[in-house]
Amino acid sequence: MRRRHFLTLSAATLGGVLVYSLDRKASLLSAQHKPVRIPLRFLTETEALIVAAAASRIFPSDDSGPGAREAGVAVFIDRQLAGSYGRDRFRYTQPPFEDAPDEFGYQGSATPRQIYREGLKGLRGFHHLSPTAQDEALRKIESSLFFSLLRQNTIEGMFCDPIHGGNAGMVGWQLVGFPGPRMSNLEEIEKYYGQAFRPKPLSLRQATGVKVRPSEDES
Amino acid sequence: MKTLPAVDAVIVGGGWAGLLMAKELGARTSLSIVVLERGPSRQPSDYSTDMDELDYAIRLRMMQDLSRETVTLRHDAARRAVPLRQHGAFLPGAGVGGSGEHWNAQVPRFLPDCFELLSKTTQKYGASALPEGHAVRDWGITYDELEPYYTRVDKLLGTSGQAGNIRGKRIGGGNIFEGWRSEGYPTPPTKVPYFAALFRDAAKSLGYHPYPAPSANISQAYTNPDGISRGGCTYCGFCARFGCMVGAKAQPSSLLLPIIQKRQNVSVRTGAWVRRILLDPAPKSAARGVSYVDAAGQEVFQPASLVFLASWTFNNTRLLLLSGIGEPYHPATGRGTLGSNLTHQVTVPSATAFFDRPLNRFMGAGSAGFLLSDYDRDDLDRSSLGFIRGGYFGARGYGFQPIGAFGVLPSSVKATWGSDWKKAAIFYYDRTATIGFAGEHLAYKTNLMDLDPVYKDALGDPLLRLTLDWRDNERKMVGFATPIAVDLARAMGARQINPFPGLGSYDATRYNSTHVQGGTIMGDSPAYSVVSPYLQHWQLPNLFILGGSTFPQNASANPTPTVLAFVYRTADAIVDRYLKHPGPLA
Repeated sequence: MRRRHFLTLSAATLGGVLVYSLDRKASLLSAQHKPVRIPLRFLTETEALIVAAAASRIFPSDDSGPGAREAGVAVFIDRQLAGSYGRDRFRYTQPPFEDAPDEFGYQGSATPRQIYREGLKGLRGFHHLSPTAQDEALRKIESSLFFSLLRQNTIEGMFCDPIHGGNAGMVGWQLVGFPGPRMSNLEEIEKYYGQAFRPKPLSLRQATGVKVRPSEDES
Repeated sequence: MKTLPAVDAVIVGGGWAGLLMAKELGARTSLSIVVLERGPSRQPSDYSTDMDELDYAIRLRMMQDLSRETVTLRHDAARRAVPLRQHGAFLPGAGVGGSGEHWNAQVPRFLPDCFELLSKTTQKYGASALPEGHAVRDWGITYDELEPYYTRVDKLLGTSGQAGNIRGKRIGGGNIFEGWRSEGYPTPPTKVPYFAALFRDAAKSLGYHPYPAPSANISQAYTNPDGISRGGCTYCGFCARFGCMVGAKAQPSSLLLPIIQKRQNVSVRTGAWVRRILLDPAPKSAARGVSYVDAAGQEVFQPASLVFLASWTFNNTRLLLLSGIGEPYHPATGRGTLGSNLTHQVTVPSATAFFDRPLNRFMGAGSAGFLLSDYDRDDLDRSSLGFIRGGYFGARGYGFQPIGAFGVLPSSVKATWGSDWKKAAIFYYDRTATIGFAGEHLAYKTNLMDLDPVYKDALGDPLLRLTLDWRDNERKMVGFATPIAVDLARAMGARQINPFPGLGSYDATRYNSTHVQGGTIMGDSPAYSVVSPYLQHWQLPNLFILGGSTFPQNASANPTPTVLAFVYRTADAIVDRYLKHPGPLA
């Protein structure tokens, strides 16, 4: 059995309450400051720190609002890799594996778990680098399969329903004005032509009152 | 292999086509009927908590499990095919209701001349008007014969829309280019998302004839002739890849299953993976049932007097190939019919438009929007176009979710990650929309399906192999559509526009549509078709094949209403004629 690993995050940065000032700059409010220790399912602590740092360069926390750090993208990615997605449960993985042009889709045998584990070896010490050096390191792997997965998974972790461990406090949804699973827009759909309609986001659990189980928690 | 008690009819596949046949035969006769569905059971209440983009729209929870079976693809016969290892260009569903559970419910009819494409085109423009190497065919039926069944489909679904042609009378505001309808739509058009309203107004200003997209996500409460009631759409925006949580979207689980479940003579078995259709011993003139692996992993034989294949285009074709029923099509010699005429509706984002104002595009429905069919007709000036046939343009407010929609940017933005990218992607997130084009795909001798010589499914059976590529007719049609869409986007007030770069080789990674047709086509002669226009196998009169696999080529329109119209017509012919005198209907 693997040793238990934890990712320690500051509760002040994870989720929190996103507020927009008058000039539309987003900033985070949070009452809690004590760190939270989140048990990891697949990544080691060091790997999780590298994933968190890299996701933060892909989707930075900056003057256009919070990013991968506040959304908890590393937690999301760890859970995805531990679940059916990470082990390619639903992909056709019978040999022979042949090379083919891009329009035939990914033809390799490596699973997302293997691609991450391999890719992270190439980013040893990444989380200790300066942001500029981190960007430089990522530019070197920009065209790799690992980077394209990391980029895609970062977007997923920014905007998924919070049941998946990302989009903490629905910070991602608030950035783009997505209200989550809103049951009815019947009265509004023809009413807000050309004007932003931004109802307060609700998560799936909040909107339905049901404790929905995400697929990564299934065996 | 264990043999089960014989039934009157076995239906392979529990999607729209199979369940409609089960409902019709089950409610109108006392036949014992078994539906075999290899996916899980589904019911409308499953969808009250499915509004999770990641699990449903990104990880594709309702789709077929490719780890067990996929298809292989090559662009031409000179190359080796490789498996499509993950979903891409099409999204076949799994489970009761099939793709009819997770569809967008866009329900246009085919144009009348689609059914007589070979003869009409040849009469009008001469045989040389069709591209070299085409395999275009007539269907052996006319639109006029099919129209009453289309009307029954509209009533079944409660379709929302505005008619443009009732018995030859053109009606402004509807699609004036459509075939005649005996009646108007059962329910009025849906509400109009902002982007679609911009499209409608711009199209009118340019002299086009936009009309509300026909939608089986219905606009108001409706009770269909079977007594099934449902409420109107609430524009939550979770349609494609989701089941409907309010039950407004027509789904087999909500329209057909409740009737089937009340009938003692019909049962639906899930987890039943059909592997072969078995034939009577020589002279092999009838099917005697199907063999399948059940949910417990046991291989069983289900004898039946009538066999229906309704397992979508790929599996209908594959099951006949695996069962050795009919002669596989050989493109080199032109011999054989099984597997020919593979087509895939040509669907492209012709113009991606970027606006100044927010579009609120989380609100919407799978078919809420406007279409224009001014180029979906045959009387365009062909001399300068270099292609035949056409397609329709659409601006739909599907309801967009952020994982899939984030990061679509004007081509002027070069960054793909980091602060600049993030800032632009947030700005454009709710200011972006796409004018789509859906065009006809002609059949060609070189586009076909057969069994793959290398790759196998989880049970060891060969995968289906697609040999498929676009040709000049499709490329020129798409090239023609792009500037028209760009002009529309400009008239809508778009500040920046990404035109579609053009159709290259068939791309299995870009979602096109789940409208793949052919393989077991219908026609008026066994010389080139597998089934008659009653969907009855030419050699085995107790075998019927339902679904888009019977379409000789692909119309511009989406196929479900046409699939269902043919099922109704075949069900009538079986109830009225076949059961009294089993034998060929055509």
